[in-house]
Amino acid sequence: MADGSIGLWTVPLAVLGGAIRVSTPFLFVSLGECITERSGRINLGLEGTLVMGAMSAYGISYLSGSPWLGVLAAGITGALLGALHAGICSLPRVNDVAVGIALMLFGTGLAFYLGKPLIEPTAPRLPAIDFGWWSDIPQLRAALRVNVLFLIGVALAPILYWAFRTTRWGLLIRTAGESSDAARAMGHSVLLIRLRATMVGGFLAGIGGSFLSLFYPGSWNEGLSSGQGITAVALVIFARWDPLLCLWASLAFGGAAALGPALQSVGVTSGYHLFNAAPYILTLAIMIITCSPKRTLTGAPAELSITR
Amino acid sequence: MIIGEPPPPSGAFGVDAIAMTMRFGDFLALDNVELKVRPGSFHALLGENGAGKSTLVKCIMGYYHATEGDILVGGREQAIANPKDAHALGLGMVYQHFTLVPAMTVAENLVLARDDVPAVVNWPKEMKELETFLARMPFKVPLGAKVSDISAGERQKCEILKQLYLKRHFLILDEPTSVLTPAEADEVLGMLRDMVVKGELTILMITHKFREVMAFADEVTILRRGKLAGAGKVAELTPDAMARTMIGAEELTVQPPRTGEAGQARLELEKIRALDDAGAIAVHDVSLTVRAGEIVGIAGVSGNGQRQLVEVLAGQREAEDGEIRVAGDPYHASREEMRRHKMSLLPEEPLKNACVGGMSVADNIAFREFDRAPFASGGWWLNRGAFRDDAKKKIGQYKIKTRTPDTPISALSGGNVQRAVLARELGSEVEVLIAANPCFGLDFAAVAQIHAEIMAARNRGAAVLLVSEDLDELLELSDRLVVMFHGEFVYEARTSEADLTEVGRHMAGH
Repeated sequence: MADGSIGLWTVPLAVLGGAIRVSTPFLFVSLGECITERSGRINLGLEGTLVMGAMSAYGISYLSGSPWLGVLAAGITGALLGALHAGICSLPRVNDVAVGIALMLFGTGLAFYLGKPLIEPTAPRLPAIDFGWWSDIPQLRAALRVNVLFLIGVALAPILYWAFRTTRWGLLIRTAGESSDAARAMGHSVLLIRLRATMVGGFLAGIGGSFLSLFYPGSWNEGLSSGQGITAVALVIFARWDPLLCLWASLAFGGAAALGPALQSVGVTSGYHLFNAAPYILTLAIMIITCSPKRTLTGAPAELSITR
Repeated sequence: MIIGEPPPPSGAFGVDAIAMTMRFGDFLALDNVELKVRPGSFHALLGENGAGKSTLVKCIMGYYHATEGDILVGGREQAIANPKDAHALGLGMVYQHFTLVPAMTVAENLVLARDDVPAVVNWPKEMKELETFLARMPFKVPLGAKVSDISAGERQKCEILKQLYLKRHFLILDEPTSVLTPAEADEVLGMLRDMVVKGELTILMITHKFREVMAFADEVTILRRGKLAGAGKVAELTPDAMARTMIGAEELTVQPPRTGEAGQARLELEKIRALDDAGAIAVHDVSLTVRAGEIVGIAGVSGNGQRQLVEVLAGQREAEDGEIRVAGDPYHASREEMRRHKMSLLPEEPLKNACVGGMSVADNIAFREFDRAPFASGGWWLNRGAFRDDAKKKIGQYKIKTRTPDTPISALSGGNVQRAVLARELGSEVEVLIAANPCFGLDFAAVAQIHAEIMAARNRGAAVLLVSEDLDELLELSDRLVVMFHGEFVYEARTSEADLTEVGRHMAGH
C-alpha cells in the first residue's frame, strides 16, 4: 500500500466520503421538512428553497467575504420562503402540495434569475476539518475532510428527537400535526404553529443549500441541485418522521449518490449513469417495500394532507 | 388580574346565562334563552340536534359571542371573550369528539393541556406530580400508554381528568357517554356525581339519554329550536314529559309492529378476516347467518371492527380471508351482485360513504339505477327528466326537506341526507339490508322514520344486519343480538332473552 494505490478499497472509501459530503444537504432539508411535516403541513417547495439558499449564500459570501454570513443569509432566505408558503397555506381552501410545487418552481426560477452574475466570480468557501490527519492514504484523508455544517446537522438530529419529546415547542408542533382540533381546543393557533414550523424548516433547507454552493461541489451554477430538495422530502416519509432515522437515511442516500463516481474511478465505466441513478432506485425500492395500499403509514402525522 | 378582584372560586360555583340571543346572519340559533346552573349541582341540558345546546355552551365558553345576553359566573357578570378567559374563570369543557392527541401518551396530553407548559419539560418531576394527582382522583388511567392504545372509556376518563388536573370546577360535558358502554357510563357519571355531592364540582351535561338524566342529574333545562322549552327539578319530571317538551307538537312516524317469522338463510358470513388501515387485524374470522325476515343487531363500542366489517360488506375494503354468500351464491360486493340480490346499504356517515356531496339530490337518489331504463337509454344516454321525476316522487314519499331536487346534497341537514339515502336504498324491493349507525346524530323525527323503514323492510322479508353503537336502538329493533369485541363475536342471544348486564360486560370485554 506504500504507493498509495489501494485498489478496490477506493469504492467503500468513496462511498464513506460521499455519505459524509453528499448527505449534508439531504440531512438539513430532511430535518427541516421533518419539523414542518410534524406540524401537519407538507412543504414541497424546499427544492426551490435549497437552490435559493445556495444562490444567496454564494452571493453574500462573495460580497462580504465571509462564508458564514452567506450561510446565515441562506437560512434567512429559506425562512422567508417558508413564511411565504405558510402564509399562502393559511388562506382557506388552499392546498399545501400545490403551493409547494408552485414555490419549488418559483424558488429555482428566481435563483437562476438573480444568480446569473454569480456564475463567473469565485466566493470564499466554507472551511473543513481534517479528521484524516493520522493517515497517509490520500483517499482516506479526502474522505475524512469533514465540513462543520455536517457536524452541526449530525448533532441536530438527536437534539430534535429530544426536543419533540421534552420541550414545549416540540409538544405543540406534534399536537398541531396530530390533531388540530385538540390544539384549537387548548387555545393554540394551529396556523401560527405551522407558520413557525415551516419557517424553521425553510431556514434549515436554506442552510442545506449553502452547503452546496459553499462547500461541495462549491460553486454556483444552474445545475447545482439535482433534485436533492425533493428527494429529501421523500426521505422524511421513508424515515417515518423520526429525526434520527432522517440522519441514517441521509447518510444512506449520500453513500448511494457517491457510488457512480466511485465505481468510475476504479475503472467500472459501463453503466455509469445507471449507478448515478442509485439514490433514486433506492428511493423507489424502499417506497415499494415499505408502503402498502391497504394500510396508512405508521408514524405519519394525522393532519398531513397526503396521509389523511 | 386586577388587584383587589377576588381570585376565581376554589370550590364549586354556579353559572347563569341570562336572556341569551345568538344570531348567525338571518338564522336565530338562540332566542332569549335562560339557563341557571346552581353551584354544586349536576345539571342536564336536553334538546334535539339543532336545538341550540351547543351554541349555548359555546357562548358560555367564549367560542361564540352572544348577540345579546349576559353570563354570570359565581354570581358576578363576566365578559368571556375567548376560551382562555373561560379557563381562567375555572370553566372547562369536555367535547363530544375527543380532544386528546392519539399519537401521544396520556401524560404528554395532560401536561400539554396546561397554560404554563414549561419550555423544557422535566419528565421525571412531572410524572411524580401526575401520580400524586391521580392518587387523589376517583378514576385511574395508565399515564405511560399512548392514547390510541387505550379504550374509549379510558379516553373519556382521561378527558375528564384533564379538566380536573387543570383545576376547573365547572365542567361542561357534551354527550360524554356516547362512546361508552352502559356500565362505563354509570361508572364515570357516578364518580362525577360523587364529586358534585362533595361540593368540589358543578356539572352541566348535554345529553339525549333520559336514563342518565333520571339517574344522575338534579335539574334539567330543555331547549327546542333555539328557545327555552322547559326547566325544572328532575325528581318532578318523567322521561315522557321531557321527551314531549323536547319534540313539541311534531308527529313522529309510527313504527309498524314486528310481524312474520324468520325464513331461509339470506346473508352468510364465513370466517371473515379484515385488516384496519394500520394493517392490524380488525375483524377476526367472524361467522354469522342472517335469515330472511330477521334483524340481526351487532352491538359493540366503536372501534371493535364493526366499521371494517361493514366496509367489507359494502365493497369498500377487501377481506383478507373468508367467504360471504348471499342466497347461497358467493358475493364479492360487485354492482352486478348487489343488483341481482337486491342488496341495500345504509352506511355510517352517509354524506361521506353513500353520497357525492357536490352532486344534486336527484343524482344521488339515482345512483343505483342511473344507467338503466327509464333513467338511461342504451346504457349511456341519460334522461335528466326521469331523474327529476323519480326524485320528486321520492322526496315527497320520504319527506326529504330540500329546496329543489337539483340542490347539492351536501347542503341538506344530516337527517335529510339520510332520508335521501333511505329513499334510494329502500325505495324498491329489498332482500338484504346492511345498516351501520343509521341514526347517529339525527333528530327524533328522522330516527322514528328510519326505524319504521327498517322494521317495514324486515316485515316484507328482508334480511337485515344492523350495526349500531346505540344499544337502545338494537334492543328495540333486532330479533337477535350479537356483541362484537376486538374483532370477534363474543356473545349472541335472542334480543327478547338478552340480559343487559351480560351484554354490557361483553361489550367491555370482560
